[in-house]
Amino acid sequence: MSDITFIRAESVTTEPRLTRGVLIGVTMALIAVLLFAPLIAVFAEALSRGWAAAVASLASPDARSAIRLTLIVAAIAVPLNAVFGIAAAWAITKFDFRGKAFLITLIDLPFSVSPVVAGLALVLLFGVNSSLGAWLVANDLRIVFAFPGIVLATMFVTFPFVARELIPVMIEQGRAEEEAALTLGASGWRTFFTVTLPNIRWALLYGVLLCNARAMGEFGAVAVISGKIRGETTTMPIMIEMLYNEYLSVAAFSLAAVLALLALVTLTLKSLLEWRHADLLAATRRH
Amino acid sequence: MNIEIEELAKEFGTERALHPVSLAIPSGALIALLGPSGSGKTTLLRILGGLEFPTSGRVLFDGADATGLTVQERRAGFVFQHYALFKHMTVFENVAYGLRARKRRERPTDAEITRRVSRLLDLIQLPDIGARYPSQLSGGQRQRVALARALAIEPRMLLLDEPFGALDAKVRKELRQGLREIHDRTGLTTVFVTHDQEEAMELADLVVVMSMGRIEQVGKPAEIRAKPASDFVRDFTAA
Repeated sequence: MSDITFIRAESVTTEPRLTRGVLIGVTMALIAVLLFAPLIAVFAEALSRGWAAAVASLASPDARSAIRLTLIVAAIAVPLNAVFGIAAAWAITKFDFRGKAFLITLIDLPFSVSPVVAGLALVLLFGVNSSLGAWLVANDLRIVFAFPGIVLATMFVTFPFVARELIPVMIEQGRAEEEAALTLGASGWRTFFTVTLPNIRWALLYGVLLCNARAMGEFGAVAVISGKIRGETTTMPIMIEMLYNEYLSVAAFSLAAVLALLALVTLTLKSLLEWRHADLLAATRRH
Repeated sequence: MNIEIEELAKEFGTERALHPVSLAIPSGALIALLGPSGSGKTTLLRILGGLEFPTSGRVLFDGADATGLTVQERRAGFVFQHYALFKHMTVFENVAYGLRARKRRERPTDAEITRRVSRLLDLIQLPDIGARYPSQLSGGQRQRVALARALAIEPRMLLLDEPFGALDAKVRKELRQGLREIHDRTGLTTVFVTHDQEEAMELADLVVVMSMGRIEQVGKPAEIRAKPASDFVRDFTAA
């Protein structure tokens, strides 16, 4: 069976050797110039004064607090957005209701609005100049220029990732398996955990990883709402920019290298999971 | 279990899927809901199974009002058009699903579940496929697994939505026989939906011909052939 399809693929879609070579070459060159070279440059710059200098700059209180803040913000924003993303995708794909098209557009809003604008909007909403903000300040609840604001801004910017990954998968799968589970006596929750979630787990994982990468890397919205209070509301991207502006290039690039490494770890994690579960993946995707 | 349908109607928005229809299904019968697409047959089946709720009218199971029963409370063994097997579970886990979903008090032990699942796989004459995934089965095998999964919950009735629709002609004939045998052995009241008049006539004790949300005629296959109640029935059942 696979031999037959292989032979057919060869004869129908194979291009002349030259075309193939050029296409592969161009792709490789682009990846090298656009993806690999910058990444290597970051690591090279970070280590330009040797390991000791890089490590020392990361051990500074500012750098450590930035790393800690970024990880905590991601640890809060990503799970919450995973839950909201599942809820939104569920609502959109399993129910028919008025305003559904509008809701789908709304989910994409954070993609189309500039993060800086989003940050400003949050400052306007929760800042001292609004009545809500005044009430919050009066009750000693600080959102703007504080930790909750950073989490809110991060959540706003990363909201669409999970829902965007899930919606097409859930539309394709339809409702039949869930209905089958219900007719077999399963409760709604049991159906969700034993049927829906296993069916969407790869899309969910991918959405969560993208969401996480963006949450850790978000600059614009956080820059506005955090107030950039050094050592207090500076996340890694903000701290990197500050260090860079102060001509502390080793410190800036060391921190940048850590941020890049975090992203690489999530990517590796995804590849590893896909590789380990390749058989099951193939079994569930075919059909 | 006998099923009575009283003045059942269903609207989707402004669209009438089902005009008020009434029907009595005697206990242990094998009934075909026959009609073209859009005739309301699947809507009627889904209302019986608790997957849709009627706009008006009542459903009675053994004389008791079942209109408001949830899908879980109905205990209807439902076989879906494309079987809706759980892709990420083995055949064994698919068939065991309904037993594992029971409340702790009513849940059989693991050994009992294993025993029941293998008995069901024997019943559908596929004793050795428990470890396989649905993607590794042929269409006919999937249909039989879906049947076994529906039977596992010890249903009060069996509801099948186009059970042979996705199969080629030869397999279709075999499985018709298979469904007839399983029906005769279990004695379950069975309702299946089909658009294939030959299938309905050959398999069912009683055929309900439907068109545009109405029941055109109810009768034994021979009666419908001999005395079609309307032009529609005559045209649709002309072989």
